[in-house]
Amino acid sequence: MRITPNRIGGAFAGLWLLVVLLPLYYMLAASLRGRADYLGGHPLAPPANPTLANYLTVLEGGFGRYLLNNVVVTGATVLIVLLLAVPAAYAATRSTSPWVRRGFSLLLAGLAIPAQATIIPVYLLITRLHLYDSLTGVILPTAAFALPVATLVLTTSLRDVPRELYEAQAIDGAGPLRTLFDLVLPLAKPAIVTVAIYTALSAWNGFLFPLVLTQSAENRVLTLGLWNFQGQFGVNVPGLLAAVTLSVLPIFVVYLIGRRFLLAGLTAGFGK
Amino acid sequence: MTQRPSALYALPALAFFTLFAVLPMVLVFGLSFTAWDGLGAPRVTGADNWARLYADDQAHAALGRTLLIMVLSWLVQTPLALLTGVWAAGRQRGRAVLSALFFLPLLLSTAAIALLWQALLDPNFGLTAGVLAPLGDPQLALYTVVLVITWQYVPFHTLLYQGAARAVPPALYEAAVLDGAGRLARFRHITLPQLRHTVISSSVLMLVGSLTTFDTVLILTGGGPGTATRILPLHMYITGFTGFELGYASTIGVLLMVLGAALSLIVLRATGFRAMSSQQEGV
Repeated sequence: MRITPNRIGGAFAGLWLLVVLLPLYYMLAASLRGRADYLGGHPLAPPANPTLANYLTVLEGGFGRYLLNNVVVTGATVLIVLLLAVPAAYAATRSTSPWVRRGFSLLLAGLAIPAQATIIPVYLLITRLHLYDSLTGVILPTAAFALPVATLVLTTSLRDVPRELYEAQAIDGAGPLRTLFDLVLPLAKPAIVTVAIYTALSAWNGFLFPLVLTQSAENRVLTLGLWNFQGQFGVNVPGLLAAVTLSVLPIFVVYLIGRRFLLAGLTAGFGK
Repeated sequence: MTQRPSALYALPALAFFTLFAVLPMVLVFGLSFTAWDGLGAPRVTGADNWARLYADDQAHAALGRTLLIMVLSWLVQTPLALLTGVWAAGRQRGRAVLSALFFLPLLLSTAAIALLWQALLDPNFGLTAGVLAPLGDPQLALYTVVLVITWQYVPFHTLLYQGAARAVPPALYEAAVLDGAGRLARFRHITLPQLRHTVISSSVLMLVGSLTTFDTVLILTGGGPGTATRILPLHMYITGFTGFELGYASTIGVLLMVLGAALSLIVLRATGFRAMSSQQEGV
């Protein structure tokens, strides 16, 4: 087959690549500059005397605390979502109860509702539960709004499991609980990884719930920490960009280790 | 059959979702008929908030800006993502490396992206210093927001299109080449029709996504200069949590919620309910 190289497409892609990379280069270059270098040099020149001083300043400025809070929020959210969504998806594929079907429809309706439209009642609910300004108060709604996609992805994957496998389990005398552990969990593993990553990413980058539901520095998550750095650092842009770079680092490491899984997680539920 | 899981397996998830997601969706309707400062108890005021929303020029302008962002970012992002996605699905050299680079913005949180662009466009030391101050110019600020949103989300949609373009059967292209179809003809008559489901899913995500754009604008411009970038979700946030009028802000929340739901439904109904139902079979 004679297919000539797609030159126009290539040129176009090259141009877009420049648009993508330029800000990232700027971020990295500026974060390695001293104050004087930043204020004097051309914005796109490589740093004259690369320094890690900005990174040290950031690490001394509470970054570790924000990072730890983010890990707690993300870990707990993923745990709650998986504990609830896996049995729910199992019931949605196998149960004959009309209640399960109705519940599943309710859950899917949640896909069309933007979470932030409900931020005021969520605030009301969290204050009334005395969870305002706590990580728990952030975790609970974050997990709830992650449930629809998680259940949808898990259900879609479980629907592909051949009926015969369930019947074989039944003949062996396994009850639903044993089937869940011996059959569903191993077979749904790729979907579980996808859901875990998707949920983790949205919890990790969450902004509105932490913004409205927390107040004190000790409960500040990474995204709010970054924003706070901006006020704190004033015109110290290299310092701010060092903080931004540090905030990307954990996800970048995950990306390097499991690029395939990460991409699957990002497009969870929309892969077709 | 006793081997089947009972409804109890779904109960924890449903109870949790009902408490923290469905209840707020119902409560926001209720709160839209009250006056509430966030501290005391909400006081029922009937349809006052709705009458106010009807007459509120600020809110109308915010809605207009939101719709403008939606349309603009759809118009900019769709061709960009479609073309890069289809290109990245091809077989040219260096494709894998380039695709990996395309995806880098996906690793940054919205907050990180907004702060990065703010530094990049700094009027004194940024890239356009001395020439343009895109974020400080009421004429340009909203377009700059669209630019930043595009930078952030095109990689995701490229990913969708790349995956879909890979799934197009090669036999279709081979037959077209034998018939003498050129590159453009192949793109128009094979690639585009084969990708129509993806165009729909991607568009729904883009439109609902730009309806709810919030953190980008809050960090990038705070809604300014003046009110040049005060979009509807930001208007709701400022009314509720800076102005402490949470009752009225709930009314704006209901508007957002209805818009989001209607948007998903209209696009799905009009263009390809079947496209989405293939992902949600049996729903």
